[in-house]
Amino acid sequence: MSTARDDILSRIRGALEDIPSAERSEHVAIPRRYNEQESIPHPELVDRFIARVREYKAQVRRVTQDSLAASIASACTARSVRRLLVPADLPPGWAPVAIELVVDRALTYEQLEACDGILTACTLGIAQTGTIVLDSGSGQGRRAATLLPDYHLCVIYDDQIVGLVPEAVARLNDVAHRPDRPITWISGPSATSDIELNRVEGVHGPRTLEVLVVETVRTATSTDG
Amino acid sequence: MKYEPLPTRPGIRFEDAARAALDNTQLRRNMGKATQTIRAKRAVVVEELPDWQALREAGRAIKERTIRHLDQYLLELEASVQRAGGQVHWARDAAEANRIVTSIIQAEKAHEVIKIKSLTTDEIGLNEALLEEGIEAVETDLAELIVQLAGDRSSHILVPAIHKNRSEIRDLFQRKLGHSNLSDEPKVLAAAARAHLRRKFLTVPVAVSGANFGVAETGTICIVESEGNGRMCLTLPRVLISIMGIEKIIPAWRDFEVFLQLLPRSSTGERMNPYTSFWTGVAPGDGPRAFHLVLLDNGRSRVLADPVGRQALYCIRCSACLNICPVYERTGGHAYHSVYPGPIGAILTPQLVGVANASSLPYASSLCGACYEVCPVKINIPEVLIHLRGEVVREKQDHPTPGGPDVEGLAMKFLSYAFSDRKRYERVQKVGRVGQRLMTRGGVIDRLPGQLGGWTAMRDVFPVAPQTFREWWSARS
Ligand code: SF4
Repeated sequence: MSTARDDILSRIRGALEDIPSAERSEHVAIPRRYNEQESIPHPELVDRFIARVREYKAQVRRVTQDSLAASIASACTARSVRRLLVPADLPPGWAPVAIELVVDRALTYEQLEACDGILTACTLGIAQTGTIVLDSGSGQGRRAATLLPDYHLCVIYDDQIVGLVPEAVARLNDVAHRPDRPITWISGPSATSDIELNRVEGVHGPRTLEVLVVETVRTATSTDG
Repeated sequence: MKYEPLPTRPGIRFEDAARAALDNTQLRRNMGKATQTIRAKRAVVVEELPDWQALREAGRAIKERTIRHLDQYLLELEASVQRAGGQVHWARDAAEANRIVTSIIQAEKAHEVIKIKSLTTDEIGLNEALLEEGIEAVETDLAELIVQLAGDRSSHILVPAIHKNRSEIRDLFQRKLGHSNLSDEPKVLAAAARAHLRRKFLTVPVAVSGANFGVAETGTICIVESEGNGRMCLTLPRVLISIMGIEKIIPAWRDFEVFLQLLPRSSTGERMNPYTSFWTGVAPGDGPRAFHLVLLDNGRSRVLADPVGRQALYCIRCSACLNICPVYERTGGHAYHSVYPGPIGAILTPQLVGVANASSLPYASSLCGACYEVCPVKINIPEVLIHLRGEVVREKQDHPTPGGPDVEGLAMKFLSYAFSDRKRYERVQKVGRVGQRLMTRGGVIDRLPGQLGGWTAMRDVFPVAPQTFREWWSARS
């Protein structure tokens, strides 16, 4: 008895009989005449990123490297976050004082859910769409950790912001090949318009998303070069 | 009401169902509001991209390449998913897909699964098949939950519960979720659904999803969503089963740079949807411990065999063609008697099940051309409709049914009913004016004018010039 796989493949090949047998997939040209890179100056990109994240009803604030830990602490306080979940590889210098940190070392879902918020880094941001991207890299935690607490505080350095979707996709090419690096794009808090088309922000997952944009400290060499 | 998966009920004609829908005032009002709103949002975010037409060209070309070499890409996808630790299953038809899914669930000794909205699982009637085996499928999209609790059917790909208003939803939640005094505030209702589903997300061991895209090169599967129930289902259970129509494949990771611009803007009219998840096989210590991908044919290879009709398989299910369609706007989704409503349904369903089984659907259109113009992958829906009408006529000549319906005559009668009635016409004009206000930015009327005006205008210029001369020239060379 033939397998479903054989049957489907042979049906497909039969159905495509009109395609010249010499045609290879790469012979079907793909015109990529769309923009692949944003040309506006980087400071404007950062402004655009911030404006577009805000349009999704996410909180977004500019901070400096020196004030980062204090800004994280004040964000948590403003949201009454007492127990803050953090990934085990939280970057040094981020830990806020006077907030209880819960480090995710293989915690159960119930333990994750018992936290008031989660603090993570991200891998990049997209100005065009106001998107932050997590790729399971350092400081970003596993997926359940950014999903179960009701508040997600995400830190992005302004030099992590790219202009267009194609720039982001290109940067993610290597991790996309890796099973151990699931990728999540987040554009504002979750939302539904299912009830009479009224938009409600915050359905499942964190109902509040807050983004801190850190001004990148440029060393003398990088500004000169 | 018993849900009807494909194939459609051969005895029921589009025009009869449509007439019933037209007589349902609430459905018509809600549908009008939904399509107007989404359409206006889409127009704004599409207008914002200077390279939109180039993206459409690329999207179509990527799909064309994939479909013309589908066997090659399927084998590549299979190898990539297996390399990444996933298991791949092939299903010739709905029954086989349902059997595969059932046996995976039974091996996990699960009696309940959580589900992400998926037209593909609707198409194969998965929930009903599971129920017969004593497995309950819990829908986790808010609208799907509403539809499921009400024992009803979806009326729109994107907003399936658009035919229900807030007080009906409140009553339903009170009855079914054990609440005693909910208000009918959308925020309150959403919170009730959140609480109800959170327990399920944390305890149910198996999730079932569809797939928006599967990447042959990497084995990456992508789900695009808004509510976060998708992330929950993809992350928390220990086993994940994704059922993917064989046409959902894209060749390379890079192709997301096109589709993740085309889909959200065409679909919900957003620059980007709230959550997009990508996973490649199984990630140790993060998410499900087992991943199964079910590749579904179920009539798709039949669609593939028609050189004109096969472009229907390029569809990325954005629903832009539904929202722009003057016929769909009046009748709603139920009239199409298929999980695939609207213009795409009118060309896809007859091909999936055979034109003899859905012979009135190719007539469920006025051929105005608006669907082609908005389609992000440039499916020439009017061309396929006309082609399928030819098939219907040939079918009738080959297998005449004495006293059978004069399909075209009935369809024309329906269209004149929908468009000629004076009150209906005035209502349409009024909606059109509101729509224009919505679409006016900075004093300039966007390129999607009030619907009836748009309809007549586009009808005059049909067929829409599909390419500029330069595009045509370079496509030739
Ligand atoms: S046919 Fe085109 S417009 Fe319609 S749902 Fe499919 S992709 Fe969208």
